Amino acid sequence: MIRSTHLPLLITLATFVLAYALCASAYPAMLSLRVVANLLTDNAFLGIAAVGMTFVILSGGIDLSIGSVIAFTGVFLAVILRETSMHPLAAFALVLLLTTAFGTAMGATIHYLEMPPFIVTLAGMFLARGAAYVLSTESVPITHEFYDTLQGLYWKVDGARFRLIGGLMVLTFIVGALVAHRTRFGQNVYALGGGEQAAKLMGVPVARTTIGIYAVSGGLAGLSGIVFSLYTSAGYSLATVGVELDAIAAVVIGGTLLTGGYGFVAGTFFGILIMGLIQTYIVFDGTLSSWWTKIVIGSLLFAFILLQKGLTWAAKKRAAQARMRTATGSAALS
Amino acid sequence: MTSQTIGPRPSVMRRILPQLVILAVALALNVAVFPEFFEIDFRNGRLFGNLIDVLNRGAPVALLCIGMTLVIATKGIDLSVGAVMAIAGAVAASVVVDGHGWGTALLAALAAGGLCGLWNGLLVAVLRIQPIVATLVLMVAGRGIAQLVTEGKILTFDNPGLIHLGAGTVAGVPTPILIWLALGALVTFVVRKTALGMLIEAIGINERSSRLAGINSRVLLVCVYLVSGLCAALAGVIVAADIKGADANNAGLWLELDAILAVVIGGNSLLGGRFSIIASLIGALIIQSVNSVILLSGLPPEFNLVIKALLILGILVIQSPRIGNYIYLLKASGPQPEPDAPASRPTKEETAR
Repeated sequence: MIRSTHLPLLITLATFVLAYALCASAYPAMLSLRVVANLLTDNAFLGIAAVGMTFVILSGGIDLSIGSVIAFTGVFLAVILRETSMHPLAAFALVLLLTTAFGTAMGATIHYLEMPPFIVTLAGMFLARGAAYVLSTESVPITHEFYDTLQGLYWKVDGARFRLIGGLMVLTFIVGALVAHRTRFGQNVYALGGGEQAAKLMGVPVARTTIGIYAVSGGLAGLSGIVFSLYTSAGYSLATVGVELDAIAAVVIGGTLLTGGYGFVAGTFFGILIMGLIQTYIVFDGTLSSWWTKIVIGSLLFAFILLQKGLTWAAKKRAAQARMRTATGSAALS
Repeated sequence: MTSQTIGPRPSVMRRILPQLVILAVALALNVAVFPEFFEIDFRNGRLFGNLIDVLNRGAPVALLCIGMTLVIATKGIDLSVGAVMAIAGAVAASVVVDGHGWGTALLAALAAGGLCGLWNGLLVAVLRIQPIVATLVLMVAGRGIAQLVTEGKILTFDNPGLIHLGAGTVAGVPTPILIWLALGALVTFVVRKTALGMLIEAIGINERSSRLAGINSRVLLVCVYLVSGLCAALAGVIVAADIKGADANNAGLWLELDAILAVVIGGNSLLGGRFSIIASLIGALIIQSVNSVILLSGLPPEFNLVIKALLILGILVIQSPRIGNYIYLLKASGPQPEPDAPASRPTKEETAR
């Protein structure tokens, strides 16, 4: 039986299958495993960041800082590897600690100062981007043999290379899905998205959950930054401008309700794949310009928002009808 | 804020005093790093000077924040203004490149901006989508549309009429300054000399009750986003005229954030309600003065964003309802203690939310 909460996810899946079928019918080469592998590799950093964004949006919030945090992470890694002899793994740990602390601070500001997440994370966006600028305004290349080793890791199937970062993204999605659906923290996130008042009355630790959500988002943005630096082998403070919007778009296309409370981490995965597919199609086509990506993604975003509105409206109407029925039923009984 | 009432308002001076003080501090900092800051020359029929530069360079944000103030007063937000600027600039450039006059170009750009505003307004008012999300659609797609108009190139033009809008002068004063001053005065006049401003505030405070009171909130909301789109279009034309070209990728990039920041510095609550366009305009000037301090002091411009972020954080702390409650508590525990007043205030706010 299809429950109405699963409907957006199913529609996302159907969209993905349909889009892939359309692409494949135009360019049969897109069915190849190599394209699939590249789809995972090219969207790895966006996917990891989108997992964090899924949690934030599920809780009814928004995090505008992730693009800047990704850029900051990249620049920080590049500068620290150039200036010191620190091992990349230690640098990774340090930067993850920093970004998680940054997320925690934003979450604490949102909760304790009772400010809208939108404006707090906007300040965070400025701060992280500014910090990246202060570190370096130029693109800093990363040359370290450990990076070469990591970049050289792949699993080869039929000429397709499934690289480390693509695997990391899939792993993040699996862990994210488990946390969202199988842990108390995940349930608290859903409860918070359903309504803060109700969550508080149910005994959800609102402070801990809110701060935790933004810490997760910050930490995953840091991880995404590490992946991005592995992907580009450089740190550039002007990179990944607007990634937060792509991540929000992926989450919404993945069927998560923007008002919070409904959605699936797995949906975001397909949202990412749909967006990646659009890009791949444009590359395959060759005559379409890259700006079509933005327009198509914008239209998809609009379509899914409309869909959400329609579903919410239908659910409300159904609830009203059910109320009416019980009311007339009890009237008939008495 | 929920506890606002619409009654006789305190004098304008008292409302904008904090902003004026901050502006004075920012200007004083400018003088501290660059003593000749206030010197204004008149050369080749044009006013020159750092102060004029602040007024001139601040024009795009000042224009944007006029519309943004109205939108935020209705408890909304318009994230698409930067993208709308890019679209308007692209439209204006492509119209003059096609050989039409600057008047046609300006009208076409305004029409494009108006259309974008209308689209946002319909999404918010008719389809009832939250403003952040509704305007996000155009923010994502808008730059794509602008690139579609310019066909991916940076369209350059040499139409003197259009360039005059961005880089020219009228009686020695750079045109952008006159444009934003005139538009600010016009919009302030319209919303304050009619009931329009009050109706907008009523929507921001409580839309449902404003509708029950007979306010046509739907039409007003569409109008507010329309005005925001038109302001963005005008800003887009000025930016394009200033560089004699339309850059779909970079025109107006991040200016939506500056505009929101200007409105917040102007002391307007992001939760809607009472607004002051004059205070927002002073906010825009404060941002530009801070930019100017950073430039003049020789600090690397990289610090610009960090300073802006700290500025927002500081204002957030001051505006925070929690801090407001705390101050209220302090006041209440002063001369005549009211035991239940501090306790009842937060609960009232929470239930209203």
